[in-house]
Amino acid sequence: MSKLFMFEKPLGMRDALPGYFQTKRNVQRVINDEWESWGYLPVETPTLEYYDTVGSASAILDHQLFKLLDQQGRTLVLRPDMTAPIARVTASGLQHQHFPIRLAYHTNVFRAQQLEAGRPAEFEQLGVELIGDGTSSANGEVVSLMIEALRKTGLTTFQITVGHVGYVNALLEEVLGNDERADDLRRFLYEKNYVGYRQHVENLPLSSLDKKKLNSLLRLRGDWRTLDKALNLVQTPAAKEAVEELQELRTVLEHYELSDYIKLDFNLFMHMSYYTGIVFESYGNNLGVPLGSGGRYDELLQQFNRPAQAVGFGLRLDLLVEALGLTGAVPSQTCILFSPERRPEAVEQARKLRETGKRVVLQDIRGVEDVDQLSESYEDVVTMIGKKKEGASHE
Amino acid sequence: MNEWLTIAMPKGRIFEEAVQLLRKAGFPIPPEFEESRKLIVDAPEANMRFILAKPMDVPTYVEHGVADIGVAGKDTMIEEERDVYEVLDLKISACYLAVAGLPEYEKSDVNPKVASKYPNLATQYFKQQGEQVEIIKLNGSIELAPLVGLADRIVDIVSTGQTLKENGLIELETIVPITSRLIVNPVSYRLKDTVIDDLVERVAQVIGVEEQV
Repeated sequence: MSKLFMFEKPLGMRDALPGYFQTKRNVQRVINDEWESWGYLPVETPTLEYYDTVGSASAILDHQLFKLLDQQGRTLVLRPDMTAPIARVTASGLQHQHFPIRLAYHTNVFRAQQLEAGRPAEFEQLGVELIGDGTSSANGEVVSLMIEALRKTGLTTFQITVGHVGYVNALLEEVLGNDERADDLRRFLYEKNYVGYRQHVENLPLSSLDKKKLNSLLRLRGDWRTLDKALNLVQTPAAKEAVEELQELRTVLEHYELSDYIKLDFNLFMHMSYYTGIVFESYGNNLGVPLGSGGRYDELLQQFNRPAQAVGFGLRLDLLVEALGLTGAVPSQTCILFSPERRPEAVEQARKLRETGKRVVLQDIRGVEDVDQLSESYEDVVTMIGKKKEGASHE
Repeated sequence: MNEWLTIAMPKGRIFEEAVQLLRKAGFPIPPEFEESRKLIVDAPEANMRFILAKPMDVPTYVEHGVADIGVAGKDTMIEEERDVYEVLDLKISACYLAVAGLPEYEKSDVNPKVASKYPNLATQYFKQQGEQVEIIKLNGSIELAPLVGLADRIVDIVSTGQTLKENGLIELETIVPITSRLIVNPVSYRLKDTVIDDLVERVAQVIGVEEQV
């Protein structure tokens, strides 16, 4: 291993310089304001959690977790997502608060990257969780909130794709009967390997009708009309219920007048294994990866001994800024350049300007390296240098 | 439908075969199109743009979304493990992955070495076989390795077996059959779903894959 350069950072860690930081902050504020205006209360949880509790509940692949040991020798993880910590908080600190509980977060999460060193291993995530409400209104509210938040950021072309984990599981079980065989197919879906899926189906000892049914699942996507196709494909109550749930989601979203943003895809399979019902992902036009994802997870909270239905999602701030095509720009600032004898006047002037909402830099002329360059980097430069003239303002 | 599709594929034979497939599927791609030496070629009549890349890099272009879809060998898919949809077996450029070595090769416990262009895939394979080997990554002319004593076996793709024969090597084990696959970026797969589904269906009909619905 070669010696580290002094300015080197661990793999996947990034600095945010003032311009980019400001841009990110602006987008984040817009989204946070939206969350809060819908009554979601922001919470914060620790960066470190136990591997055995939140770490294992989080469903992020083990090799993606950053692990370390505490002084007692227990394994800790840098939080890989926020859903599991929020479940923990709901079951502990908020255990006496009645459901439903609406929580929001904005925090950094950590996921070790192995493939390419340049990918961020730490990134900011913004999200909401609506806990203790299993209604279709709750599903619709959360999906609508995702759409509204994305709209508020100024993102013009984006789409939300909705799927249903319960439907896929019910269909697989309906045809295959046992869970083990279903697992094989689920793995192909998860790996996005449809060729492998079809080959596997071909080799299963099933009737051609059943094979056709399994293969049909791969084509179950499109607009809301896909729901009819999905309904015709299945018999079991569980599967029909799932379609019914999506039908209700459609109704709710129509009430929000947002149903046009939605496409359906029953094969939307997420890396988070705790999802039980609807799942959804958002895509921006000029980005190759999803901006955010979420879904219903009705079984996660019981791992923390407070069983409750819940639905939520997270957005990745870094990707959102990228999709928006924003370039980091520091907002305009005024500079008051003063010499020491006029410092009181300069301070007073700065205070006044700041009260009007301006960003004001107070700079002693003696501390300036190059006055011309300094002037160029400010929108406005006020100079207060030399003795104050007689009769000047006394304010 | 006038949405453009950007398609990444390897130069050479696969490109020619894939363009043939698209033509048969009814996409108006001009004749002698394949003979261009440019890295980016447009077929405006078909609303398509082709990016010609190294075979191993095709999944990378698609994963990052600069190409909506791509044509990649199953070998690179296994090796690269990119997050893309593998939607169709194009059944072109069929070959298979195999372990090969000199005819006098005998299994030995003394630090066996295997040379390959596919270090991940080879590692995975020998792990499954419960065999401990040292994998040496090479970028081409893998057959050289056993001849000069760099490794005692190689893992590589075999299509006719001619290259192995000419270099005096024999096939020892077959690993997995390989064909070219149609792969799709996960975001394009959703945002351009209509065009992509249409393309997949038409191409599937040409190659005779039993398509559903």
